[in-house]
Amino acid sequence: MIEARFRGRLGGFTLDVALEVPASGVTVVFGPSGSGKTTLLRCLAGLARIDGRLSVGGEVWQDGRAFVAPHRRGVGYVFQDAALFEHLSVRGNLMYGRRRAGLGADAEFDRLVARLGLDGLLDRGPGKLSGGERQRVAIGRALLSNPRLLLMDEPLAGLDAARRAEVAPYLEVLRREKGVPIFYVTHDVTEAARLGDRMLLMRAGRIAETVDLAAAPDPGERTWLAARLEQVGADELAAEFVLSGASPTVARLAVEALSGGSTPGRN
Amino acid sequence: MAEVLWLTLRLAGATTLILLLVATPLAWWLARTRAWWSEVVAALVALPIVLPPTVLGFYLLIALGPHSVLMAPFQAIGIRTLAFTFTGLVIGSVIYSLPFAVQPLRNAFQAIGERPLEAAATLRATPLDAFLSVAVPLARPGFVVAAVLTFAHTIGEFGVVLMIGGGIPGQTEVLSIEIYKLVEGLEWGRAHLLAGGLLAFAFAVVLSLLLLDRRTGRPRP
Repeated sequence: MIEARFRGRLGGFTLDVALEVPASGVTVVFGPSGSGKTTLLRCLAGLARIDGRLSVGGEVWQDGRAFVAPHRRGVGYVFQDAALFEHLSVRGNLMYGRRRAGLGADAEFDRLVARLGLDGLLDRGPGKLSGGERQRVAIGRALLSNPRLLLMDEPLAGLDAARRAEVAPYLEVLRREKGVPIFYVTHDVTEAARLGDRMLLMRAGRIAETVDLAAAPDPGERTWLAARLEQVGADELAAEFVLSGASPTVARLAVEALSGGSTPGRN
Repeated sequence: MAEVLWLTLRLAGATTLILLLVATPLAWWLARTRAWWSEVVAALVALPIVLPPTVLGFYLLIALGPHSVLMAPFQAIGIRTLAFTFTGLVIGSVIYSLPFAVQPLRNAFQAIGERPLEAAATLRATPLDAFLSVAVPLARPGFVVAAVLTFAHTIGEFGVVLMIGGGIPGQTEVLSIEIYKLVEGLEWGRAHLLAGGLLAFAFAVVLSLLLLDRRTGRPRP
């Protein structure tokens, strides 16, 4: 289990959350801009510190004064802007965390590089990559460091529609990579529905609601959601969230997020 | 003349090396601290830029002289004074050129920002590891500028080295002082040679800095 409780202020922003999710699958953190999604992720990584308690798989990372430094946590973090090391090649980036996790350029490395379609890019510098390629490298770099928890902060937000379509299939790859629990921040209902096993709906620094997407009565519901999304678009789907049992908060947040400029899922 | 040139290069080399070691942690701290009094430290570091070299030299002469409290511990091991010695010259040069090393490094570290270091931390790099494997390589242009400026500035200094060194041939007489003495002794031919050499050197330094500025670092595996 991943259990977290944070309550406090950070630079004028107040976060007040309590969550308990299984240490597996994809937990989508969903909500409008400024609702505290990134702050929550940074607290999980230890990059920001707000009073509270955090334990992952029975290991306590934060409790009162106890605070495990980020480099001792073994979290993979995919930043919105990729944050590649510009002085290292793609290979150097991918190996940065892997070497420090005591692992080498082994078969697992080759397999993941192939699955993310990075084979041909290994000797390039980050400056010679497209936005979509940069994000794939960032995802690979985080995964290859053998993380116990993977945190992704709107990895598609900085990309245009074409680049999103290019990266999205690789996120599906990620979903199928077993074992590593993922927190995935987005304000795009398309991504949320497509990737999530469960969804934390955030608003004004609080978790307004937790929606279980995986434990739907019909096991095919996720596929149904994805198909439905392509069929009717995000607005309609948001409305259907309400009809299918989620509270109006879901719909309201979805609509807010969408009117905030994210692209509806018609690609 | 060769002796003067060798002494000058040794002084500039030693000063550059020591300054990079001193300025790197100082600039790193200045770039990242949020303490308001860090600006007090920054102002102290920048002081040699605005201070007349004679003023700095005067205080250094007192601080390194036989009656200084700072020298008391060294007098116990037989070193009475550092004034008019090569060591004193190096200390003076380090202080005089401090801002020329700290400022480019501070700017370079600030330009990197927080993000690459956060990424390194999530990839299991300790703070020291992240500093050496991410911050230093990314700040490489800043290191080159700091080294070149320090080296050139030390070659070109006059007031401080005259005050603290006294221009003793073979010990503390550097190029700029030699030129001064040659002109005073009306040896225009040799003065022309040295002055022209320094002029060419200064131009080469500035030009290489500008060219360096156009080029960005290439990634390595």
